[in-house]
Amino acid sequence: MAILDKHKILETNATLLLVCSFLVVTIGGIVQIAPLFWLENTIEDVEGMRPYTPLELAGRDIYLREGCYVCHSQMIRPMRDEVERYGHYSLAAESKYDHPFQWGSKRTGPDLARVGGRYSDDWHLDHMRNPQSVVPESIMPKYGFLEKKMIDGKYIGDVMKANAIVGVPYTEDMLENAQSDFMAQADPDSDYDGLLERYGEVSVNVRNFDGQPGVSEMDAMIAYLQMLGTLVDFSTFTPAASR
Amino acid sequence: MSKPSKKFDSDPNTTGHVWDGIEEFDNPMPRWWLWVFYVTIIWGIGYVIAYPAWPGITGATKGVLGWSTRANVAADIQAAEDKLAPINAKLEAAELTQITTDPELGPYAVSAGGAVFKTWCAQCHGSGAAGAVGYPNLLDNDWLWGGDIENIYLTVNHGIRNTEDDDARYSEMPAFGDDYLEDDQIDAVVNYVMSLSGEAKDASVVAAGAEVFADECSSCHMEDGTGDRSQGAPNLADAIWLFGGDYDSIKETVTYSRYGVMPSWGNRLTEAQVRAVSAYVHQLGGGE
Repeated sequence: MAILDKHKILETNATLLLVCSFLVVTIGGIVQIAPLFWLENTIEDVEGMRPYTPLELAGRDIYLREGCYVCHSQMIRPMRDEVERYGHYSLAAESKYDHPFQWGSKRTGPDLARVGGRYSDDWHLDHMRNPQSVVPESIMPKYGFLEKKMIDGKYIGDVMKANAIVGVPYTEDMLENAQSDFMAQADPDSDYDGLLERYGEVSVNVRNFDGQPGVSEMDAMIAYLQMLGTLVDFSTFTPAASR
Repeated sequence: MSKPSKKFDSDPNTTGHVWDGIEEFDNPMPRWWLWVFYVTIIWGIGYVIAYPAWPGITGATKGVLGWSTRANVAADIQAAEDKLAPINAKLEAAELTQITTDPELGPYAVSAGGAVFKTWCAQCHGSGAAGAVGYPNLLDNDWLWGGDIENIYLTVNHGIRNTEDDDARYSEMPAFGDDYLEDDQIDAVVNYVMSLSGEAKDASVVAAGAEVFADECSSCHMEDGTGDRSQGAPNLADAIWLFGGDYDSIKETVTYSRYGVMPSWGNRLTEAQVRAVSAYVHQLGGGE
């Protein structure tokens, strides 16, 4: 065939070969990636999802900083054994405000996608200070230093702005009140009405998570852990089985 | 392109490519390899027809087998539930007190409850149910809220001091260090509490501590310190300690109080699971 005879031109021109290879890879990439933006089952909308509160977002950043994802996944796969152990399988929409997502595939520790509300704040505190004090067979390292590091959320508004740029629907109101919401969530004696109004009455926990005055990294961490997987109410929402 | 050349008569033809005088023999692919290659192509075509594959405008092609991850897991769970439905229905209908002695339900509830316990309860109460500091041992005869199966069921179903269940068991010990008792009063009452089950650190203040106890503590922990299960007030006279029985631990408890929280499991588990795990805990050793 005439066109196949022309391959010598490609093979002897490195630049042309590079450009054409790139074209082929681009087409392949578009075919694989582009449909994800319009296929219904990849953009399934579920009720209850909201952006992270400032304190939860700070906790999530600490989760990333400490590399928790190295041992803990956040995706319950659609299999019976996983569902029975961890709860309802994860939906794509449940990590739509995660940049980047924390799905993971390596489980040295258990999956954390639905750890929210499963244990008490005190348990998390005991467990972070010394995991073996509550789970003797655990090999998790100690994270007690988190409760000694006090944080004030000075830059959390900037982190939220960065998230807003990539599509997280933080409103002007949320951005303006970022720091005060940050402090309010860890203090049940504060005026947290605004926080609840902005982020939702039901799904926001306002507690002194580490039981100590002030806001520490431990407060942020536990606030984050205690909301994981709790936003979608599966008693009222049943995902379409056809997907 | 240069002409194909043969060095020996037995050589195969060359491909005709010449690079710097180097030529390439045109050997055929091994036949087994070629056949595997063809089979994978046929397999690929069949796969695309059988399973979801090509993306369209609103969804991908469904495939003739109608395979779906979600439908599969739903079917798996349904199959397991159907299999256990008859015995779970009996478990849900049975009197709580009859479960452990029932020849059919008893063994089922205990083994099913054991699985529930290891999945959901072991993180706090330990995989052997011996508890940890702040998380009660479920093997002994000491119960905070009652050790008969009805009370265990109530505790499991609604939890303790959580914010998610309105029926959760609730009581709250005051923090006596909060400008409420003087330091020497706290020291005295701690010594008195120690003396109830063992030896006080400082025997000289026990009598003073008894007075503080009678005024401040006896309404919940009872005059003799044996506690009150209706409000989850621990027995202080039995030498079993939830948060530690040494001087410093008891002083911390009196000064700052404790607030142990247990989640509500009725929200997460099925009625049959809650009953099964209650039966499991009841038969561990301390059930009344």
